[in-house]
Amino acid sequence: MSALTEAGADLTPGTELPPLEVGPISRTTLALFAGASGDHNPIHVDLDVARSAGLDDVFAHGMLSMAYLGRLLTGWVPQHRVRTFGVRFVAITPVLARPTCHGTVREVVGDLVTLDLAVQLEDGTTTLTGSAVVDLTEGSP
Amino acid sequence: MALDHRAALAVVIPDLDVTLERGRLRSFAAAVGDEDPVHHDVEAARAAGHPDVLAMPTFLFSLELEHPDPFGYLDPLGVDLRGVLHGEQSFTFHAPLHAGETVTVRSRITEAYAKNARMDFLVKHTDVLRGDELVGESDSLIVIRQVAA
Repeated sequence: MSALTEAGADLTPGTELPPLEVGPISRTTLALFAGASGDHNPIHVDLDVARSAGLDDVFAHGMLSMAYLGRLLTGWVPQHRVRTFGVRFVAITPVLARPTCHGTVREVVGDLVTLDLAVQLEDGTTTLTGSAVVDLTEGSP
Repeated sequence: MALDHRAALAVVIPDLDVTLERGRLRSFAAAVGDEDPVHHDVEAARAAGHPDVLAMPTFLFSLELEHPDPFGYLDPLGVDLRGVLHGEQSFTFHAPLHAGETVTVRSRITEAYAKNARMDFLVKHTDVLRGDELVGESDSLIVIRQVAA
């Protein structure tokens, strides 16, 4: 789409994608994501279970933050251009957090752009790190 | 008790056929705040060249969770689920998935190793097939910590 066609010409290592701010992640969001994603682990939605595990509160699904990072990518290029997408879960995302998704161009080889990805909270905590490869070749979905 | 790596690699996870439901794909997009109409509206999806509502990329992982007991394969290994963490997740996308399609989810344990006496790692690889076509791959790094009884 146009965003990429315009941006693609001058993509160089260090180019940053427009960051994506989300949240605050409410308990309602966690309940809806539990149902929609099929991750029914009660630690994310049931305060009683979280407390029985020694936690003060429920915390967000790691895959919710990965889905937000996916939005960062598909808000930048059409989804069919995303070839690979991987993350490491490095810290818990507390309920009511406001994560921001970041993407930075690591390298451009031919039509393939490798991005470094990260999700950070307001206090600077990095919750996810990762990378993705995006193919700039034109093509239908 | 240390994890038996040979037994972990021999675990058989049954194939699962999953039909992608339009409402479920919409709910997933809504839950993660994605308002792109290709994930919600059939006409918008068709106008964008899709046969039906487009599944978001990380929905691939949700297909694995459609197993009636998604972590049941850990039971014969004596794993205490309280000690299980999702350490890493990666996907390779070969073709987009849409509402109404039926896919086969085929998973196996491809790596099993210890980090130390109290922590083991498993890699679960999943192929998602639409007929004979490989449409997506998923790799999960599963961290298994020994939990005090």
